[in-house]
Amino acid sequence: MSALYLTLLIPLFAGMLLALLGDRRGAAVFNVSASAGGFAASVWLARTVLQQGPLGGEAGQFHIDSFNVYLIALTALVGATTSFFSAAYMAQEQANGRLGPGRMRLYHASYQGFLFTMQLALTTNNLGVLWVALEGATLATVLLVSLYRTPESVEAAWKYFIVCGVGIALALFGTVLLYFAAAQVIPDVENALLWTVLAEHASALQPVVMAIAFVFLLVGYGTKVGLVPMHTWLPDAHSEGPTPMSAVLSGLLLNVALYALVRVKILTDSALAGGTVHDPHLAGYLMMGFGVVSFTVAGLFLHRQRDIKRLFSYSSIEHMGLMTFAFGLGGPLATFGGLLHMTVHSLTKSAIFVAVGHASHIARTQAIDGIRGLIQTQPAVGWGLLIGTVAIAGFPPFGVFTSEFLLLSATMQSYPWLTVPLLAGLGVAFAGLFRHLHPMVYGDRPEGQQAVQASMWPVVLHLVLVLWLGLSIPTFLAEWFDQAAVLITGRGLL
Amino acid sequence: MLEQLPLYQQAILTLAALVMFTSFALLAQSRVVPMIHVFAWQGLLVAITTGLVAFDSGKHDLYISALLAVLLKALFVPWLLHRLVTRLGIDRDEHGAEHPATVLLIGALLVIFCYYVAEPISELSASVTRNTIAISMAVVLLGMLMLVSRGKAVAQVVGFMSLENGLFFAAVAATHGMPMVVELGIAFDVLVAAVIFGVFFFHIRDSIESLDVDQLNRLSESDE
Repeated sequence: MSALYLTLLIPLFAGMLLALLGDRRGAAVFNVSASAGGFAASVWLARTVLQQGPLGGEAGQFHIDSFNVYLIALTALVGATTSFFSAAYMAQEQANGRLGPGRMRLYHASYQGFLFTMQLALTTNNLGVLWVALEGATLATVLLVSLYRTPESVEAAWKYFIVCGVGIALALFGTVLLYFAAAQVIPDVENALLWTVLAEHASALQPVVMAIAFVFLLVGYGTKVGLVPMHTWLPDAHSEGPTPMSAVLSGLLLNVALYALVRVKILTDSALAGGTVHDPHLAGYLMMGFGVVSFTVAGLFLHRQRDIKRLFSYSSIEHMGLMTFAFGLGGPLATFGGLLHMTVHSLTKSAIFVAVGHASHIARTQAIDGIRGLIQTQPAVGWGLLIGTVAIAGFPPFGVFTSEFLLLSATMQSYPWLTVPLLAGLGVAFAGLFRHLHPMVYGDRPEGQQAVQASMWPVVLHLVLVLWLGLSIPTFLAEWFDQAAVLITGRGLL
Repeated sequence: MLEQLPLYQQAILTLAALVMFTSFALLAQSRVVPMIHVFAWQGLLVAITTGLVAFDSGKHDLYISALLAVLLKALFVPWLLHRLVTRLGIDRDEHGAEHPATVLLIGALLVIFCYYVAEPISELSASVTRNTIAISMAVVLLGMLMLVSRGKAVAQVVGFMSLENGLFFAAVAATHGMPMVVELGIAFDVLVAAVIFGVFFFHIRDSIESLDVDQLNRLSESDE
């Protein structure tokens, strides 16, 4: 358990300290070491779970099983590598005079605060606390979106606050309804929101109430996942905030929101199973619908983007749609693919945002039209962006290809006709990404464009991991995915 | 029917009706300061309901919730908003919706919709819960309606906070409160959100020189 407490407490106390001490020399270094310490703690936690099985017991406030353990390690890893990038990036921003010490204090404190809310949301066993943590994540990041105080960034932050606030409020209503259903079958009401207790009694929960609760939870957490049509906050918040923030929002927040949704889907599925009131696959159908719509709409929107960060945030919506579809489809194969996709998307997308951050410093603009000749100016950044985009577009041998292939096979088994729109969507998204990418990385470099101080090793590390996952998934990870698939669908793949 | 209910349940129903009435009052009210006052009354009504439920169910945790509700929803947030609008010099502004009659009509339809959604739930529980779930859902949706129909930041924040009141009311009336740790977490989130909203008023005013968030329209997907 001590590994678990360390995973949670390191970011919490680091955030408080950074808020207290302000922007001294070494604040960035402290931010990096705290994130790295959090990662070390999460690896220790993962090792413990690997050796001893699930942690937390029946009615504990925390619960670590194979579904969240790898997400905890992934969150800490992306948090740590992004903090390295953030040190280089934010130093450059300060040198450019865009940020003063007060804003840097806010930035560092919020960064650690955000990591804390993510880990709390993942480790908690209490669905109410999960909600509190996800709302806390909004609160921790909303002032970062408006960090530059430009009219655009204030607008983006306001939209983020209101849209996500309302969305998450609906999720709370769903949680209240869930509690209402649980209180009627679980004798000890104090434990009636604990996921493990709920899972045990799930088949006895009132199907009618659970169906309504799930709709509210889907819309609520779906807003944070970035599902169309609740996605409007996402491109704005990604494009106006500092780039390290975009990397962790895309890489972590969206995943955690989806994780919350899948947890309640498990409960809803058992409550509706065998019932006659609603279709037993109601939750799955709803998720498939939202998933396909998000996937298609985001793929089309990729074509008309002018801002490089908006471009990749639409790509995030597209991939989150695909994962939502995968979990909605159900079945061990699709679920396995969805879990793998969560991992590889998070790694690849945060790597891309690191490269994008450096690219926008080289070109001194985020406008796609203004970014030209990256490979000539700074080969590391240009190639990093190119390879990252190749990976996210689903080319073999990267891991995104593997997970999309699994998902397409699963779709072929259960709904063959749906593979057509999925393949078409992948093609449209591919074209949308590369029509913008090609002129940015190739071509001659504009007059006077200089290379910048870049820390590209997070990109290299993430892409190597994605390549590794594409070639061979390590046994322990495959077993975790498989156990999680058993948890989610009732059947395993391996 | 109603007379057969115990006295306290009748009282809860009355309070629920009053909470919904304040929601409509918020929708119709266009001047800033009275709007904040109505919002404070709503918070007080929710707090009284919580106290009543605590007394009847004998759950002592709920007294803490009731106290939190009074402090946060009836006193602190309204006080903060009041202070902010005075400092920003907008306490005499009109923040109304463009078509108030239409908005109220939509509000009425939303209430009917909520009763329709809550109908299947009502078949399996006491009549009080049926009404309170429907009403709290209505307060949530009315808060949302207020958010979308107003173009001013202050009115949107009041709408948002009133939506939060609806959620709190749902938790108290339908399920006798959430577990304490969740209640405290939610209260903390609301507190932080209120403070951040206050910070935002100044950011928005500095960037567009008014609190007319309709003017925040630079970021959109339409072709420039």
